[in-house]
Amino acid sequence: MSIAQAIEALRRELGDENVITAVEDLFCYSYDATADLPEQRPDVVVTPENVDQVVKVVKIARQFHLPVYPRGSGTNLSGGTVPVKGGIVLSTLKMNRILEIDPSNLTATVQPGVIIQDLNNAAVQYGLIYPPDPGTVATATMGGSVAECSGGLRGLKYGVTRHYVMGLEVVLASGEVVRYGGKTVKNVTGYDLVRLFTGSEGTLGIITEIIVRLIPAPQARETMLAGFNDLAGAGNAVAGIIGAKVIPATLEIMDRVTVETVENYARVGLPTDAAAVLLIEVDGIPEVVKSEAEAVKRVVVQNGGWIKTAENDEEREKLWSARRAALPALARRKPTTILEDATVPRSKITDMLLALEDIGRRYNLVIGTFGHAGDGNLHPTILADARDEEEMKRVRGAVEEIFRTALNLGGTLSGEHGIGIAKKKFLPWEAGKAGMQVLKKIKQALDPDNLLNPGKIVDLEEDRA
Amino acid sequence: MSIFNGLAAVEEEILKCMKCGNCQAVCPLYKESRQEPAVARGKIRLAAAVLDGRLKPAETLARRFDLCLTCLACVATCPSGVKVDRIILAARTAMVREKGLPFIKKTAFTGLSRPHLFDLGIKTAARLQGVFFKRLEQEKMQPRFPLGLELRRIVPPLASVPFRDRVAETHKVERPAATVAFFTGCMTNYLYPEIGQATLRVLKAHGVNVIIPRMQHCCGAPLLYNGAADMAREMAKSHVDLFGSIRARADAIITVCGTCGEAFKHLYPELLDTTPGYGKKAREVADRIMDITRFLYRLPFNPNLFRAPELSITYHQPCHLGRGLGVVQEPLSIIRSIAGVIYQPLKEPGRCCGNAGSFSLTHYDLSYRVLAHKLRDIKSSGAQMVITGCPACRMHLNDGLTQEQMPQKAVHTIEFLAGILAER
Repeated sequence: MSIAQAIEALRRELGDENVITAVEDLFCYSYDATADLPEQRPDVVVTPENVDQVVKVVKIARQFHLPVYPRGSGTNLSGGTVPVKGGIVLSTLKMNRILEIDPSNLTATVQPGVIIQDLNNAAVQYGLIYPPDPGTVATATMGGSVAECSGGLRGLKYGVTRHYVMGLEVVLASGEVVRYGGKTVKNVTGYDLVRLFTGSEGTLGIITEIIVRLIPAPQARETMLAGFNDLAGAGNAVAGIIGAKVIPATLEIMDRVTVETVENYARVGLPTDAAAVLLIEVDGIPEVVKSEAEAVKRVVVQNGGWIKTAENDEEREKLWSARRAALPALARRKPTTILEDATVPRSKITDMLLALEDIGRRYNLVIGTFGHAGDGNLHPTILADARDEEEMKRVRGAVEEIFRTALNLGGTLSGEHGIGIAKKKFLPWEAGKAGMQVLKKIKQALDPDNLLNPGKIVDLEEDRA
Repeated sequence: MSIFNGLAAVEEEILKCMKCGNCQAVCPLYKESRQEPAVARGKIRLAAAVLDGRLKPAETLARRFDLCLTCLACVATCPSGVKVDRIILAARTAMVREKGLPFIKKTAFTGLSRPHLFDLGIKTAARLQGVFFKRLEQEKMQPRFPLGLELRRIVPPLASVPFRDRVAETHKVERPAATVAFFTGCMTNYLYPEIGQATLRVLKAHGVNVIIPRMQHCCGAPLLYNGAADMAREMAKSHVDLFGSIRARADAIITVCGTCGEAFKHLYPELLDTTPGYGKKAREVADRIMDITRFLYRLPFNPNLFRAPELSITYHQPCHLGRGLGVVQEPLSIIRSIAGVIYQPLKEPGRCCGNAGSFSLTHYDLSYRVLAHKLRDIKSSGAQMVITGCPACRMHLNDGLTQEQMPQKAVHTIEFLAGILAER
């Protein structure tokens, strides 16, 4: 029962073209987009072309007791696809067909390897959109983003991935194939396992087909940029906009460090004396958009801010370019970029921003914070140099404190990146002892041999030892 | 430290990669294979593994670094600004240092690095090409035997007399507006003398003196992009000497090939940085190098010299010209300033055509699959003619247009301009 035998079996079942074993290639599946994690090479990478081949992989994995790590584009930020215990990386990238766009039921059925943007491009021809909009929309797969339940810039108004997943086909650790949910809006048949598998990070099953909800594309939108001289003003404006019964599609914030960095890098005309800027976009029916934009402007001015509106697509693009430049600009200041996603209730945004400034000062670190103020999901981005071990120690200390602060404010460890291995050790802080036991029982029930993406979210071995 | 002296020179670049994977969205090769070693992030991790000793240079590893078009699409999209091309070139050079070149490349590059031998060889080949190739049309040949070329591939014939042997060394006009030195590049010299002739005619019409230094030869880019930096050093030095000596007389050194331009602009200064007596000189020559369309644009270009073309056109932006040398707007501004031009843009004008020089020899199938995207884009543009700023793109586009039986023909921007000069 050796790895070599397992590889031979995989070659027999999937064909040589779907089994990768060259050491140089395996190196390229030993990481994902997460910073400050050790790399680990898998023993083999497989690229199944259909669900039958996925089943075969799982059966061979069972036979040889090899872990299986589902992997899309490997753009996640939690270490979710790193094959920490060796074994088989299962790339879904060859299962990349959009099976159907159904405009009468407003659904799309896709294979897991479809890139989110490709689905959007297909949907737009029907006047529809798939709203979840993570920063990796042009690279991430549907399978990966469902498994991670990714969020994005439109969470406040449109929700996140889980709000759009209607049905799933999943290969279980047993090798059986199950389907839950479907095209119906209403479905209370049994436990809501669609929700369970969405965000399960590949630890409970391998997603092989996805039915998602699409919505009509908004007819109009208005994009605005607001600046504030103090953080509290920006925070209060966020609360005020919601208080005025306006739910913007986008309500993004950038703090002083981010604004300065963006302006130095991209020269998009941001005022570097601003303590924070907000990017606000309202969308929908033209008349509603107009009145909502008026309300937003009123609130901003009431809170001591200035606001400018994009008059055309070109200006809109310019405002967005400032926001889009946030991560690139920050990433260029120092070689190592640690991007966190601790999330708090919207009403605590100001507290969180002030706490982050304080943490940056106390740990003597550059932290630029930007993110989705409208849904409380901030991205404190720590800039460091991985070669400086002393600095990295401070980084890890600051990260811990960021998590504690978010939890103290009634928030959560992760808004949209997931737990994976990066946040695994902090999970008990939020879930508690009994909560952890439930998570582990779910994992054990569905994957008793711990074959599917082991070492992520929960550890089963530790308890046995 | 130069990227041609080892991977240590790109340690900072490697470290800057935050592994976000955004390169996947734009890499033409990754789009075909959908496998991580094909994309920049994968190759950067491999370079990191070589640098810290986890991987040893090996032929199998060298093949992974070969799998890159150096089209710079990833560089343009990278949030962290990683100069991936520098990492690739450093890695390829490091691989060649350790493992040597494959026999065929070594033979070819030895030829390129010996100008007289190369020139003689090409001229001999030009006389014999009928034995090995069948002529389809005036400009198109197909191999009779697999000579390292795919049998389906359509290539232009070698010029019976190379461009530089056809024309005088200096071309003077009365009351010149400027004087330029012209680096022709091999493809123009041996395959497309018409590009050279067109350059002379358009420059003459603009009142520009042209010097075509006799002693020029291959710029060395094929060697530098394939890791054979040591063999390219003498080639670079001779060009720095040659063009350095006429620098004072010329307002610019013009090229009609983005890759030759890149060699002069970015690779020579890098390669010769620490070569005694050449560092400063290489940078001075680099400062003068300019693509023909940028030169014309700045001259400024005179649209009144041209009459309306008969065909609607589209433009394919060569990678090294656009993302490498930053020549993006100039060709379009020039073309569109001519009255009557119907320009129908491609959806992705900057997407690599897949040629990438010797890549199309070693990976023709993959190269053609990348080209297929471009051909579809050309088709849906509705344009009747394709204009591009690079002889290699021109060759590759015409190969695909012929094989797919599409009606369009690809020409170099300067050929297009010469073709619509009002005074013929």
